[in-house]
Amino acid sequence: MQHQAIESNAASERAMCGIVGLFLRNPGLEPELGAMLSVMLATMSDRGPDSAGFAVYGEGDAGRVKLTLRDPEASDFPALAAELTARLGATLPIVVRDTHAVLSVPMALETAVRTELAALVPGLDVVSAGGRMEIYKEVGLPPEVARRFGLERMRGTHGIGHTRMATESAVTTRGAHPFTTGADQCLVHNGSLSNHNGVRRTLLREGLRIATDNDSEVAAGYLTWRMREGSTLGGALEEALDDLDGFYTFVVGTESGFGVLRDPIACKPAVMAETPDYVAFGSEYRALVDLPGIEQARVWEPEPATVYFWERH
Amino acid sequence: MPSVDLATTPLRDLNAALHALSLDTPDTHWTVTNPRGRHSVAVGVAVPVTVEVAGHVGYYCAGMNERATIIVAGSAGVGVAENMMSGRVHVKGDASQAAGATGRGGLLVIDGNASARCGISMKGIDIVVKGNIGPMSAFMAQAGRLVVLGDAGDALGDSIYEARLYVRGAVKSLGADCIEKPMREEHHAELRALLDAADLADVPTTAFRRYGSGRTLYNFHVDNAAAY
Repeated sequence: MQHQAIESNAASERAMCGIVGLFLRNPGLEPELGAMLSVMLATMSDRGPDSAGFAVYGEGDAGRVKLTLRDPEASDFPALAAELTARLGATLPIVVRDTHAVLSVPMALETAVRTELAALVPGLDVVSAGGRMEIYKEVGLPPEVARRFGLERMRGTHGIGHTRMATESAVTTRGAHPFTTGADQCLVHNGSLSNHNGVRRTLLREGLRIATDNDSEVAAGYLTWRMREGSTLGGALEEALDDLDGFYTFVVGTESGFGVLRDPIACKPAVMAETPDYVAFGSEYRALVDLPGIEQARVWEPEPATVYFWERH
Repeated sequence: MPSVDLATTPLRDLNAALHALSLDTPDTHWTVTNPRGRHSVAVGVAVPVTVEVAGHVGYYCAGMNERATIIVAGSAGVGVAENMMSGRVHVKGDASQAAGATGRGGLLVIDGNASARCGISMKGIDIVVKGNIGPMSAFMAQAGRLVVLGDAGDALGDSIYEARLYVRGAVKSLGADCIEKPMREEHHAELRALLDAADLADVPTTAFRRYGSGRTLYNFHVDNAAAY
C-alpha cells in the first residue's frame, strides 16, 4: 500500500512542470550553451518552482568516463578524490560544483570506483555517468539552482532541463529530473505513465538498475534498454509509443542526439524553434524568447505520436 | 491611441486598464508591444475597442472576449479566444491547442495553422482557419461554424452535436458520430458569408465539404448498456 501511494504521488507531481532543451548546430555557440539554457530554465520557473535539474553534454576525454556525484551532506569531494586515488593508484581529477562533483575516471576503473564510493560514502548518489554528459539537480527555485551549479558558464553541444512543481508529496532532489539509467543517456518528462509498474518489472528482469519508484525513470530505463538491444534513439522512441501507456512529453538526450516525443493525445504542451544554428524545445514559447534569432526561427508544435530526433554528424 | 509596452508595464495593469473602459470610451484603438509569449494578454475585454498586439502571445489571449477586436501580429498559445462571447479575434500566425474552446459567439480568424482540439466544445463561435487544424478538433462541438481552408487531423468532430464544419482540404479521419453531409445551397450561402467576414472574398465555396453530427449518440441505446 505504501509503495502504491508513493507511486501515485510521483505521477501526479508532474501535472505541471516545465521542460527545456537545446541542441546546437552551430559549434560557434557551444561556449554559450549553458547561458542560453539557464535563461530558458529560469523562464519555466512558473511551471515548476520547487526543484530543477539539467543535463549538459560538454567536453569529454577519450578513454575516460565522467561520474557526476551528489552528496546531500556536501562531503569534502577533493579529499574523497584523494582517497580514491590512494586506493586505486590512478589520478582521478574532480571538479566540485556545490553539492555535486564531476569525477573523471579511466573507463577500466569505473566499476572499481563505484564500489569504493559506495563503501566510503554510503549516502552518495552517482547521478550520471558518461563520456560527455553531466547531470545536476537540486531543490529550490530554478534560477537559484542554475546559479549554484554555474550553469551559465557551462559549454557544450546540447542540454536539457526540467523545472518541477510538486503538488502532493515532499519536494526532494530524488524526484527531480533529468533521469538517467545509462551512459550519456537522460530524459525529462512532463506527464504521467500508467503502466510503469509492469515496464519496471520487465526492465529489472532485463538487468537494468532502477533507483526510484518514479515513472519517468522507468521511461528513461525503457529507452536505454531498447538502445542496448540495438535500436537507434529514433527507433527506441517509436517502440515507446507501443509500450508506454499514459500521457507524456519526453525530451531525451544521448551522446550525439536529442529527441522529442509526445503521446497520441498530446496532453502536455510543447513548442519547438528551429534555425540553422540550433533546435530548441520549450513547454511554452516564453522559454524561447531570448534565444538568438528567435524572430526568424521556424516555431512549431510537435505532432502527437510523432518521433523527432536530431543527431550530430 | 493608448500604447502599452509589456516590457515596462505589468500585464495586470494592461488588463485592468482595458477592463476599466466604458462602452463609449474614446480610447478605441490600443497597441500592445513586447508580449514575448506572456499569458492572458487582453483577456476579458468587454467593450468595442481594437487591441493590436505586436508579437507572439502565450495562453488564453483574448479569452472571454466580448465586443472587442483583438489582433495578434504573431502566434498564439493554448486557448486563444477561449469562451469568446462576441467580437473578433484575428491571429496572424499559428494558434496552439484549443483555439476558440467553448466559445459562444464572435469570429476567430487564424491566418496560419491551429493545432489540436481547435474549437473543442464550441457553443456558437465561428472559427475560420486559413491553414490546417490538428487532431481532435471540434470535439463535442455544440453550435457555431468551423471553416478550414487546409486539412484537418485525426478524429475531426468526435461526439459532435450541432456545429457545422466546412473543410476544403483532406480530413485525416472523422471522430465518433461525425459524418460528411451534402453541401446544399444554404450551406454555400452560409460559408460564403463566413469567408467574406474573414476577408476571404476571393475564395470560392465550391471545393469545401461539410461535416456534422450523425445524431446517433443523442439517445441511450440499450445495446450499449454493457459499456457503462
